[in-house]
Amino acid sequence: MIDFRLTANDKAHLARTRAEAEIARRYAREFDEREDEMIPDVLPEAEAFYKNLEKLPDLGMEDSHGPIMMMLQTMGAYWGDYSARVKRSARGGLGNAALGAAGTDEQKEKWGNLLLSMAITEPGCGSDPSRVSTTAVLDEETDEWILNGEKIFVTTGIRATGVVMWATIDKSAGRAGIKSFLVEKDTPGFNVPHKEKKLGIRADDTAAYVFTDCRIPRGNLLGLDETIPKSSSGGFRGVMKTFNMTRPLTAAMGLGIAEAALDYTRDQLEEAGIVPDYTAGPGGMGRLTAAADKFMRLEALFDASRLTTLQCAWMAGKGLPNNMESSVCKAHAGSAVREITQGCIEILGSMGASREYLLEKWMRDSRITDIYEGTGEIQRLIIARGLLDYTRKDLK
Amino acid sequence: MISFGMSEDQELVRDAMREFAAEAIRPIARECDEAAKIPQDFLDTAWSLGLTSTQIPESYGGAGEERSMVTNAILLEELAHGDASLAMAAVAPSLFANAILDHGTEEQKKSILPLFCGESYATGSIALLEPGPLADASRPRTVAEQKGDSFVISGRKTMVLMGDRASHFLVTAQLGDDLAAFVVPRDAAGLTVSEPEKKMGLHALSMTRLELERVEVGADAMLGGTEGADVQLILNASRAALATVMLGVSRAVLEYCVPYTKDRVAFDEPISKKQSIAFRLSEMHIEQHALRQLCWQAASLLEHGEDATKAAWQARAYAAEKSMWIADNGVQVLGGHGFIREHPVEMWFRNARTLGVMEGLVAL
Repeated sequence: MIDFRLTANDKAHLARTRAEAEIARRYAREFDEREDEMIPDVLPEAEAFYKNLEKLPDLGMEDSHGPIMMMLQTMGAYWGDYSARVKRSARGGLGNAALGAAGTDEQKEKWGNLLLSMAITEPGCGSDPSRVSTTAVLDEETDEWILNGEKIFVTTGIRATGVVMWATIDKSAGRAGIKSFLVEKDTPGFNVPHKEKKLGIRADDTAAYVFTDCRIPRGNLLGLDETIPKSSSGGFRGVMKTFNMTRPLTAAMGLGIAEAALDYTRDQLEEAGIVPDYTAGPGGMGRLTAAADKFMRLEALFDASRLTTLQCAWMAGKGLPNNMESSVCKAHAGSAVREITQGCIEILGSMGASREYLLEKWMRDSRITDIYEGTGEIQRLIIARGLLDYTRKDLK
Repeated sequence: MISFGMSEDQELVRDAMREFAAEAIRPIARECDEAAKIPQDFLDTAWSLGLTSTQIPESYGGAGEERSMVTNAILLEELAHGDASLAMAAVAPSLFANAILDHGTEEQKKSILPLFCGESYATGSIALLEPGPLADASRPRTVAEQKGDSFVISGRKTMVLMGDRASHFLVTAQLGDDLAAFVVPRDAAGLTVSEPEKKMGLHALSMTRLELERVEVGADAMLGGTEGADVQLILNASRAALATVMLGVSRAVLEYCVPYTKDRVAFDEPISKKQSIAFRLSEMHIEQHALRQLCWQAASLLEHGEDATKAAWQARAYAAEKSMWIADNGVQVLGGHGFIREHPVEMWFRNARTLGVMEGLVAL
């Protein structure tokens, strides 16, 4: 049944997320300013917070679907801060999602306890991963893959204890030659030269990786399929499948920040005596201030984006193919968070740009939403192909 | 529990309405727009679907089927995908009937609801909008005063849907500090119904003005009796419905543009292979999909009796902005063909702009 109400248990879980996020937010500015230091995995408040915590009943069949709650909890956590957490979970890197989607049962068992980053982007290839130039060459004698190449913009690249990285086993095969490999952090030939300096999400560790004659066991190829499919997309599709959950998740991350900006702006407006009035009809704009009108529209944009993301997650939970929907929600959220955070600054005036407040940070932090996990343009390309029933050759 | 899954019943309704819209609505839409008239045949056919009467309880002469606002939203999107004017004409009686059903006294229900359970098309209208710039349905300038056992209403109303054939009007008015609504029969003394107005869009749909000059109605004419009724609830239901109509129009534009751009060749290839066109189609798809979620949210909150004021405002505001954007770009994608009346896109463009400033025409 189509329903938009949270159960009492859903709400209790989300209230818990909010309580954690409120603590994390206290550190938001400090971590942003001290980007060169690694942020701690546990905040000083953690012990007191978890000590007397009441146990919540697990989310059950009658509660909202797992993926929907995952989105809402993600939004809730990012409402606090992009990077700070009362206690950061040991797992949950993008590479873990890839392992879950493409690994064999044995591989999932073996590496399930690692924090896995995901390394795709290279200095010379971004939105078009078929241009991956990092190579994996099989040494038949030792049954090892030899990796050579450079990766950049690796999320959680420093904290991660392992990486799922893309390399080509046959450059001439294009996309079909690309495979994903798991490399553990202490493997010889695997170096982490530096943390990237960024516009936003500064506290987040984003690293560059270098592989120099890095040898890994033959069995570290995710899914163990060494064949190069004839059709251009065969093996590639497996790795792309990861995106059907990670795209809505990145949307949810950005939306958490946008919601923080909206909540803050609403409070400031109310303090100034400007209260949104949802009873106003199309002819009622005359009695709204420009600030209230703009704010209400940004809120509507937020809700549209939030629901679109939840709808995508609902499909994932039902096992329905959600290729289009994951691109739709990612594209929508990518644009929405830009408009919302920039719009809130406009509404509040010069204080919006001050580093005394978090609004300018939220604008910087959310800007990445429309770039990573496929830029807005890539999402629109995917959506257009879906609408027009075109292949990637038909529409480039 | 948050869920986006249609029930089997809802899927059946969607499919049946989609078929009806494709067979009975879309083929006559242009003709009706040009003639600024809807044929009686169509109203009779639509009436036979029982869109209004099936949801009226048996005790008042209806079929007493459960009314689901979400199902009604799904239904309305499909009808409006055929044509907004014809869709709204088909469901127009529901706005009036549902307002009486939800907010009326037992006596009002007994006397009025059976009128909508007969064999042939019958309607009442809600008179919410008023002429003049910045007229706001939630702050009417029409005034009602108590005079002994009766009320005296004076004011002007506009955009009264199907006003030329309504047997009753539900007139909103300011009663002291309160917003109230009154059931006014068509033949009330002092009430003048104008000829249908001429408008930019929704040509086929007749909308009239009302002049109320000291129209006197009995105490029992106030919706909800002495306690009155929360008119905002009627506005919420109508805003969610109008958003859904705009959603149907948006989807119609998108679905017309997709095959058109695949057929239309320029510089040796279909224009759909140009990113500037393809990305516009993506954007249309993204926005109509997002709009649907807002419409369903408002409908679902209404269905469960939760406060839907904000959700309905959001759905309507988002629909007004995005349906206009989609229709505008539909015209652009078709180029010169978007401007001529041979294609429906210019009509949808006019309709989108008109719908975006309407209030209270239909309800879920």
